[in-house]
Amino acid sequence: MTALSGSAAPGARIEISGVTKRFLTPGGDIFTAIEDVSFDVEPGQFCAVVGPTGCGKSTTLSLVSGLDKPSEGSVRVGGKEVDGIADGVSFMFQADALLPWKTVLGNVALGPSFRGVGKREAEAAARDWLRRVGLAGFEDRHPHQLSGGMRKRVAMAAALINEPRILLMDEPFGALDVQTKAIMQTELLGIWEQLRPSVLFITHDLEEAVALADRVVVMTSGPGSIKAIYDIDLPRPRGAVQDIRFQPEFLDLHQQIWASLREEVERAYARTAGVSA
Amino acid sequence: MSEIFPGGYETPLKAAERAARAEGRVARPEDRQVPANNPGKRIARRRKVKILIAQVVLAVVLIGSWQLLTATKVIDPFFYGQPSGIAKQLGNYFTQGSQATEFGSYWTQIETTLKEAVFGFILGTVTGIVFGVALGTSPFLSKVIGPYIKVFNAIPRIVLGSIFLVAFGLGQLPKVLLAAVLVFFVVFFNAFQGVREVDRNVLNNARVLGASKMRIIRDVTVPSALTWIIASLHTAFGFAIVGALVGEVLGAQSGLGLVITTAQNQFNPDGVFATMIVIAVITLCAEFLLTRLERRLLSWRPPSPSEAAAI
Repeated sequence: MTALSGSAAPGARIEISGVTKRFLTPGGDIFTAIEDVSFDVEPGQFCAVVGPTGCGKSTTLSLVSGLDKPSEGSVRVGGKEVDGIADGVSFMFQADALLPWKTVLGNVALGPSFRGVGKREAEAAARDWLRRVGLAGFEDRHPHQLSGGMRKRVAMAAALINEPRILLMDEPFGALDVQTKAIMQTELLGIWEQLRPSVLFITHDLEEAVALADRVVVMTSGPGSIKAIYDIDLPRPRGAVQDIRFQPEFLDLHQQIWASLREEVERAYARTAGVSA
Repeated sequence: MSEIFPGGYETPLKAAERAARAEGRVARPEDRQVPANNPGKRIARRRKVKILIAQVVLAVVLIGSWQLLTATKVIDPFFYGQPSGIAKQLGNYFTQGSQATEFGSYWTQIETTLKEAVFGFILGTVTGIVFGVALGTSPFLSKVIGPYIKVFNAIPRIVLGSIFLVAFGLGQLPKVLLAAVLVFFVVFFNAFQGVREVDRNVLNNARVLGASKMRIIRDVTVPSALTWIIASLHTAFGFAIVGALVGEVLGAQSGLGLVITTAQNQFNPDGVFATMIVIAVITLCAEFLLTRLERRLLSWRPPSPSEAAAI
């Protein structure tokens, strides 16, 4: 494990200040996804963002990753303005982002390979990471031959192999069943505690947010903006995610944040229900 | 009859079979040859044989009635040919060496047409993929060039054959070009669509992982569009043959299209039909090779139920 802690990249600070993002719809209308959003993620901190559907959580992530540019305000990673795809950032999506025609090994080796590392070296690193996520022996399988949980492990290995300073996660476990989800959360925490990248984690699931994060950001919807920020001072290491949920401090925090989130969820629901009805 | 089964339990199917045998209904010898633990195999094989028999019967009826009706002059073999005449004509084509046609041996004609079709196919496929990927990856380019391609597609392209003929003479080049033009549009539209269907998450993921534009095209876009592109190649080869043949019909010094026009001018329908059969065999061979290629390139795909039902 010495090699592991030695190679761990230190997390970087994410500073989002006064960010507004507008999109031009094909009809020529301007749609404001997020408005005047400001919050920071400290180096090595695990920050979760919760909010109702359509509050611009994913937009915020794409701005941090450099896939998109803010219309106003600034996003800084490690003190540097984000301009295009930043180095040391990895992304994990809700849907599978694996290449179905590549083997598990080939998929995980993509990260280093894209960065110009030689094939043999990239595959060696990929083997190592597959072992770390518990998938040794599955190197030659194709993604469709794996279960949903196993595919998530592959995606996790693929995201972490570049040893990112920033890990962006867009509802990564949203499509998993409850048991698999809990196992994956615990494993994510374990790996995060070893590598300590800064994490920006988007979720619908408040329990997940409180169980995993150091800081929970609650967003309002239409257009998205920050409603409240809560610091979660549950002790670390937290161990199995399933067990944290029954601690009184957890329940207390959960209740506080839910009170704030509920209004937003209800408001957003009323609006979408009104539109679709 | 043994009541003890090696598996130690009795499935409903086995039980039904045993009961039937006890009554002496299905006590046929093949029951003993097929392992009793898999009656499904026997049913599947019987179904296959049944289909094969029906297919043979259909062919015999169709060709037989054609032969019969022309032999009894109900329909005129002068216009519609005759299966026995076609068979004789085929025999002549392949046994008479350089005397088989006015333009040399029949094999030379096949070679000419095949060369034109294959070169046209390759040229059309490559340009189709290049344009499809270029326009599919660049929304600006697709908006600008898209309408022009649609207009060009709306032109009856067979007519271009006449222009190519005037411009490039009676050699193989105009046929290759005509075949390529026909193939291009089939492959282009599929490649274009395939590229546009690439999963956005997969693309974004590759970008965030640090892939350059070229690496994205090589590792993500093209393999992803390959399913679409390969599907189009089956149709495309048929078009390549059509392009080569039409080019030859319009004017050529050798080739199967020329054989067909000559036979037509000599009021020899058997010659036309015989050449049609040869062309069909060539196309089926190409289809076989393309299917092999498809299996190989797309071996990663999970088996899909539709594939089992494919013709």
